[in-house]
Amino acid sequence: MSTESRVTVAKTHKLYLNGAFPRSESGRSYPVRDTGGRLLAHAALASRKDVRDAVAAARGALPRWSGATAYNRGQVLYRVAEVLEGRREQAADEVVAAEGVSRREATAVVDATIDRWVWYAGWTDKVATVLGSVNPVAGPYECTSTPVPTGVVGVLAPQGSSLLGLTSVLAPVLAVGATAVVVASQERPLPAVVLGEVLATSDVPAGVANLLTGRTAELAPWLASHAEVAALDLVGAPGDTAVDLERAAADSVMRVLPRPTAEPDFTEPPGIGRLRAYCEITTVWHPVGT
Amino acid sequence: MTWTYAPAPESAALAGLRPSYRPFIGGEFVDGHGESLTTVNPATEEPLAEVGTASDADVDAAVTAARTAQEKVWGPMSGTERAKYLFRIARVVAERARELAVLETLDNGKPIRETRDVDVPTASAHLFHHAGWADKLEHAGLGPAPAPLGVVGAVVPWNFPLLMAAWKIAPALATGNTIVLKPAETTPLSALVLAEIAADAGLPPGVLNVLPGDGAVGAALVGHGGLDKVAFTGSTEVGIQIQRRLAGTGRALTLELGGKAANIVYSDAALDQAVEGVVDGIFFNQGHVCCAGSRLLVQEPIAEEFLERLRERIAGLRVGDPLDKNTDVGAINSRAQLERIVDLAAAGDAEGAQRWTSPCALPERGLFFPPTVFTEVEQTMRIAREEIFGPVLSVLTFRTPDEAVAKATNTPYGLSAGVWTEKGSKALWTAQRLRAGVVWANTFNRFDPTAPFGGTGESGFGREGGRTGLQAYVR
Repeated sequence: MSTESRVTVAKTHKLYLNGAFPRSESGRSYPVRDTGGRLLAHAALASRKDVRDAVAAARGALPRWSGATAYNRGQVLYRVAEVLEGRREQAADEVVAAEGVSRREATAVVDATIDRWVWYAGWTDKVATVLGSVNPVAGPYECTSTPVPTGVVGVLAPQGSSLLGLTSVLAPVLAVGATAVVVASQERPLPAVVLGEVLATSDVPAGVANLLTGRTAELAPWLASHAEVAALDLVGAPGDTAVDLERAAADSVMRVLPRPTAEPDFTEPPGIGRLRAYCEITTVWHPVGT
Repeated sequence: MTWTYAPAPESAALAGLRPSYRPFIGGEFVDGHGESLTTVNPATEEPLAEVGTASDADVDAAVTAARTAQEKVWGPMSGTERAKYLFRIARVVAERARELAVLETLDNGKPIRETRDVDVPTASAHLFHHAGWADKLEHAGLGPAPAPLGVVGAVVPWNFPLLMAAWKIAPALATGNTIVLKPAETTPLSALVLAEIAADAGLPPGVLNVLPGDGAVGAALVGHGGLDKVAFTGSTEVGIQIQRRLAGTGRALTLELGGKAANIVYSDAALDQAVEGVVDGIFFNQGHVCCAGSRLLVQEPIAEEFLERLRERIAGLRVGDPLDKNTDVGAINSRAQLERIVDLAAAGDAEGAQRWTSPCALPERGLFFPPTVFTEVEQTMRIAREEIFGPVLSVLTFRTPDEAVAKATNTPYGLSAGVWTEKGSKALWTAQRLRAGVVWANTFNRFDPTAPFGGTGESGFGREGGRTGLQAYVR
């Protein structure tokens, strides 16, 4: 009997959409392989309809999430870090499998990911102070400028850095109070699935973050041309589609973060560019008098 | 007995109008290689001056001059020195305010009261404000060492020709960029006088270039591969074309586009003040304002009384000679724009809205449109959805604050909004829920260089003024 080992329970990977874990409405899935070509699992192959459902969910979640206090949003993001800390081993397993790195390197990636959630958790109640202003206008008016979340953000996650990169592009969206529809790394989607499970158990309200797995080039045009999407991060866009996606985004004057020539090094300090990108500045004037 | 106003015209001679104007490239006024245009006075439809326009080769020459100036002179120059040039220009704009105001009124058709009290002083203020930033950029919260983007191509509209030019030039130059400016086809004159002021101030050649011409010159400029940034103010339609054009180039872009602002009047508002604000919101500059309060949302209990007071006030607006200091509403800038206003107003009739026209007298010649109010407007009507850019107000009503917000935000635009209530908490509640770059509570149409201005949604992206405005010109 000593040679007989237990048969593991194989996991079916699904989308994370509106706080639930549905299969793609198309019923499709696709094989996910490790860097050596070994089949890891099948992941849901999201469709155009899934994109639209995700945008609708993100739009629906926007009033509550953008209206939550910054303090509350900070606690929720910190909770993501807490829950991920508890799933450190599983996340590292997925990073090893997805990225082909050593166990030690994967652990470092997971640790950096957890720390990044903590970093953004601390930003929620500082964005307004740092990006906003009291304007000393030449007249008897109280005049203030406040950053407000731009709305639903479409994110094409980095293709290489499947967990730290994903977090680095998702967390700033959530920190400013915007909501997200993310297309995970096409070849390395499984860390995103784990992150979806973490988000679902971290008090992140349903619909605030939606993670789709599938073919980036197939899904991206529907995000870029969706009038309810306010901003689009092209960091993980396939190189030959980025220009078309920018053009499609222009039709609704969508804010676009262009595709960089090379994937950024996400272990570097992130800066506040992405926080800024998802804020609109609203200036409010009111007369002062008696 | 009826009292009438005696005419109080400003002298047209103050404009120092010359028979011809030329493009400004590399520090000199040069003969443009485009077909020259005649700019007309919309109040009389008489020609004002011949203006030389730019060809593609001129665009190229201007961008090259701007590049050389940026790399060799303006970029390496210390902020302290850059600041002094901008202060000089700001000062001379103030010194020549009367001339610029008259020139702007002649070319644009807007009342002298507005060019004198708003356009020119605000343009000077923007230059002053940004001059002071030039040597303090490392303290602006934009990172430790903000660097200029390089060469900026700017295209500005005809509704505030001098002010929009200053809004682009001031932050671009303060941050160490050089600029090629394309003023609107129908209003090129004040930008060219501004170029003259810059030259008199000793601004190094190529730092500022001004290229008159039509949309084709604008298209050649924004599509020029030598630019690092495009700053555009104008229609959403053209803004979308520019964003598409720049796709994949990595060039920076800011867009200040159209709007369809709502002015929300709650039943507890100070009604006379609100009437003034609504009138100012839509009839300032003949309604040729991207942030004009073109939709009045009035709460049902006061709707009837409010409209009565509003009509009475509007009937008192004097439409006529823009150079007359008593004129409230001037001329429509161009025949094409007048036709667009006429067409959209006709669509209001056709779709069943009720038109009321001010009984004011109109001049016998020139391009004028009387102040007009449509009631019984539905949200689906064109006059409630499309930017009219004229003195036409559409009135809708609401019952609850939630309904007011829902109707106000029921548009892809998101530039500005007004809220009128004596209850501060309600004003702030409403302001937080409106999707707009600027919300004026118990006031309207206020502008200041320290206060960021700009839109959300299809009203564009980027801000002008304040730290946020500076950010659009640095990396």
